[in-house]
Amino acid sequence: MAKEQLRFTGSGGQGVILGTIIIAEAAFLDGKQVAQSQSYGPEARGGMCKAETIIDDKKITYTKVELPSLLLSLTQVSFDKYVKKIAPDTVIVVDEEINVPERLYAKHEVLKLPIIKSANEVIKNKMAANIISVGAVNEALQIASVKSLEEAVVNHIPKGTEEMNKKAMHLGAQLVKDARK
Amino acid sequence: MPNNKQKRFQLLQGNEACVEGAIAAGMRFYSGYPITPSTEIAERSALRLPQVGGKFVQMEDEIAGIAAALGASVAGTKSMTATSGPGFSLKQENIGYATIAEIPIVIVDVMRSGPSTGLPTSPSQGDVMQAKWGTHGDHPVIAICPSSVQDTYNQTVRAFNLSERFRTPVILLMDEIVGHMREGCELIPTEELEIHNRNTNMINSMPYAFGEGQYVPHMTSFGDGHLYNITGLFHDEAGFPTNDNEIAGEENSRIMEKIKVYKYSGILEYEEQQMEDADIGIVCYGGTTRAVEGAIEKARDMGYNVGMFRPITLWPFPEHELIERAKQLKRLIVVEHNYGQVLLTVQGIIKGDTKVEFIGKVNGTTITPDEIVRNIEEGEE
Repeated sequence: MAKEQLRFTGSGGQGVILGTIIIAEAAFLDGKQVAQSQSYGPEARGGMCKAETIIDDKKITYTKVELPSLLLSLTQVSFDKYVKKIAPDTVIVVDEEINVPERLYAKHEVLKLPIIKSANEVIKNKMAANIISVGAVNEALQIASVKSLEEAVVNHIPKGTEEMNKKAMHLGAQLVKDARK
Repeated sequence: MPNNKQKRFQLLQGNEACVEGAIAAGMRFYSGYPITPSTEIAERSALRLPQVGGKFVQMEDEIAGIAAALGASVAGTKSMTATSGPGFSLKQENIGYATIAEIPIVIVDVMRSGPSTGLPTSPSQGDVMQAKWGTHGDHPVIAICPSSVQDTYNQTVRAFNLSERFRTPVILLMDEIVGHMREGCELIPTEELEIHNRNTNMINSMPYAFGEGQYVPHMTSFGDGHLYNITGLFHDEAGFPTNDNEIAGEENSRIMEKIKVYKYSGILEYEEQQMEDADIGIVCYGGTTRAVEGAIEKARDMGYNVGMFRPITLWPFPEHELIERAKQLKRLIVVEHNYGQVLLTVQGIIKGDTKVEFIGKVNGTTITPDEIVRNIEEGEE
């Protein structure tokens, strides 16, 4: 596979860092080289948050994303900030509530998905938005096997929430399949 | 948190790998005061130490954090404390105490932007001269800078080994980049590692006596049968304070010499990448290394012969090795996340035709490969 540079952005507390850790661990379980990092302010909740995972078959040198192969944004403010620095072929995955400028549709695959709504209405837990996102991103780029992704999800969630989170992960993949129909 | 089964290969943060390396090296006591970006070291120590029969204590402040670890070490337990810039400042006096009292300890400083509380969550390498000179008086220092998660695991083991062998504080000088990133890490088990333990076979019941031609005393651990005194004052063989200038001079010299004499017996470590045909060299260390590696890939594709010289042991500095290597270079670029600290050392030793240049950053963001490549290009115009 080619080197993938994933950038997840949102608001502190949405679980975007955990999302990148889970993707990184899934790819790691599949034998890939990975590097995951994040940047955030001192706030416990609500500050802008950026988290990144790089996945490659060969040794990773620089551990931060230079130009993302995929940008995920769960808030408008984080989208507006980070959409300014994308590659010509960056895949854009956003919550359906986010306003994406028309011009971006010409060059980029834009996947506008009901991530937060599905978390609230289908999974009935708004905290599942990040796991839905993980499922969606993995489906969009085909990074890790579904088995490894499931294992990575289960490794990082509270006991007793396994079935809910697996459901959220599969739902995320389905949202991408539906959007691409 | 992955389950407690310790799998050999894990995805870990640098901070977590530090704890795993420390435990593999024999750490059984940790005391400290949590501070970003080192907090995960305290958190994982609190989780893991009880699992291996060790003790974790959260102390009331940074000074107590190192003091308790020194006490545990005197009692014979391999001990560690971790902090970041503001806490590193507070620990300096006890680092000096550990140096003169010859108490093994590993102090981790995960560097963040400063001075003072600065930018708590942002990377920096602004403490490298503090690591060298932070505590007062003439003293030697061993400071080690890992550049990846695996390197952190391996170098933490080495930090403990050096601390035990030479009865001296060893500073593991990490930075936010390495401390907070996650990579795959092989948790090499203790039985496959070379582990050094302090010699506790006291000579003539004198804690600070040492053999002919040797530099390191063999103190029995507190509680193991010998009563003796420990002080931060210059002291005689029995450990009691003395104003004897001859003894004071000999003692200070011996403490300096023990690191100098053994510099090539395991203390010094450095790495070179693609230096064989290089005419442009880059000096870097810690997390900055990764941007430099990225820049070398790009610059080589553009036809520049660039290589890297990375001190792993930052103090004592691999001076002789860099001087020899620089003879083939027309440019030597120091890249670090500060205003030019290792730069001072490099400028002090590199004479002749090699031009010493600098790339630094102090705004809390990381230096990128493109910034380094741009600098390489501009210098060739």
